[in-house]
Amino acid sequence: MSHILLRHREIPDINQLSVYKKNGGFAAFKNAVMKMKPNEVTDVVKNSGLRGRGGAGFPTGMKWSFIDNKNWPHYIVANADESEPGTFKDREIMEGNPLQFLEGLAIGCYAVGAQVAYIYLRGEFWELGASLDAKIAEMEEAGLLGDKLFGTDYSLRIYTHLGAGAYICGEETALLESLEGKRGQPRVRPPFPPAVGLYGKPTIINNVETFTNVPMIMANGAEWHKSIGTTDSPGVKIFSLSGRVRKPGNYELPLGTTFRELIYTHGGGVQDSRKVKAIMPAGASSSLILVDDDKILDTPMDYASVRTLKADLGSASIIVVDDTVSMDWLVNKTVHFFKHESCGKCTPCREGTYWMSRISERIHDGAATRADVDLLLNVAKQMQGKCLCALGEFSTMAVVSGIERFRKDFDNAVKA
Amino acid sequence: MSLAQKYPKEVKQILSKYPPEGKRSAMMPLLFLAQREEGYITKSAMQDIAQMLDVTETEVAGVVGFYTLYHEEKAGKYRIQVCTDLPCALRGAEKFMDDLCGNLGIKVGETTSDGVVTVEAVTCLAACDKAPMFQTQGPEGIKYHENMTVDKTVELINSLKNVAEASK
Repeated sequence: MSHILLRHREIPDINQLSVYKKNGGFAAFKNAVMKMKPNEVTDVVKNSGLRGRGGAGFPTGMKWSFIDNKNWPHYIVANADESEPGTFKDREIMEGNPLQFLEGLAIGCYAVGAQVAYIYLRGEFWELGASLDAKIAEMEEAGLLGDKLFGTDYSLRIYTHLGAGAYICGEETALLESLEGKRGQPRVRPPFPPAVGLYGKPTIINNVETFTNVPMIMANGAEWHKSIGTTDSPGVKIFSLSGRVRKPGNYELPLGTTFRELIYTHGGGVQDSRKVKAIMPAGASSSLILVDDDKILDTPMDYASVRTLKADLGSASIIVVDDTVSMDWLVNKTVHFFKHESCGKCTPCREGTYWMSRISERIHDGAATRADVDLLLNVAKQMQGKCLCALGEFSTMAVVSGIERFRKDFDNAVKA
Repeated sequence: MSLAQKYPKEVKQILSKYPPEGKRSAMMPLLFLAQREEGYITKSAMQDIAQMLDVTETEVAGVVGFYTLYHEEKAGKYRIQVCTDLPCALRGAEKFMDDLCGNLGIKVGETTSDGVVTVEAVTCLAACDKAPMFQTQGPEGIKYHENMTVDKTVELINSLKNVAEASK
């Protein structure tokens, strides 16, 4: 099957406006603006079953329909803060096929009545920000952005905005705070952004990959999209494959593809032909899937099936861990990441990640006892369900699943 | 000289992106601008930005302190920020970091004696399939360097040294 999102792999120079247009680009946007009502666009996306690709898997069309039409203006923000360890798909989209992303964003704006959109890029995507600015300028030149588009009353401007290095800004309300020029600390919800978002106005926030799906859905219809993937999780997904595999990279595959196909057929198998010991399907925020039975690799990667393994698909950043890795090292790594990235706003996360990092370091250094392993597990469980946003919860995932499913690795690392 | 005097075109362009009620949104791009030349943000630049955006200096300092790409102290002209996070570490980033520091004769966080390069460890940069990798943060912005070896990195550092020498 040819690519739907990573089309640059088949169509050279699709990042050029003329080539993108020659391949059907911007026909869907033009058609929507000229011939459809905004809510009709939302209905197509709703019927397509598209779910948000940023990690939560929330139905996109439903999110768009939540926009508060009694309060104006409306905004759309594209979440291009891609910072989850193991995730590197949005970057490839924006480098290789940026116009499809921008068209999807523009269609979304029309659907919710937004005349201004911001693309919030992580600060490290400095070069990407400059190249998107150039694409946006080209679109304005070509009459695809600006005032009174295609002779209608609809106007739209898109701006890029660079973050400055903070994982938490991928959380949508922290992202809004950051975009408003503040520290990126999550807001208390409700109200949710479709009611109260950027500058207190109704705002829709979607991931880059989510928007990139939209032009093809508009062009080919909701039924076409539903015919790919599974009933529960329609469409394709870009799986970012990393860790101990021979061929790491992005692989665009239908949702429901098995771990085995991704790791062995596409990823070339495990380095040095070792055994898969664990899989983190949602980056550092994952529970560790214990691969003690080869059959686990035949699990389809869709939102519901991954849940049967007591983990989540999230943003589908598949980190493969082989049997040379000890989990006390891995957990120490993830805990340090979350301690570094905790925003400090709520106590359970700020203090909990600090304590977890102190204990996990002690365990990894061989200076701990078995009681410390229990203490680490205890601290993690105390945090669960008490944090203001998902970051705190995520920081406990690898700890709890690591200790519960790979206890031997921790016991081997401690003194007695 | 104030930021607006020094970079009039850039400041105007930044402010034009946001609505009047969202003027404060210009904070982060203005901080990058303030950092461009020296690689860190001075107290007077923070005062300048506070005034421009009608916020207190404390609020500006709070933003500077929150984000890792803003610096308050002088370091090497270029910061080499190596990702040593989990996915990169599974592909040899920690050994790369040790070998690089050994080659340069410095520890993580230190600067080479000529003041050109500071080596830092950072969290995920969204390039997990191309480890070992790092970004350079310097006067020209941020640039990615992927699938790196120590030899290739030393070569890059030498070229950065030449650029630094030429700009003196």
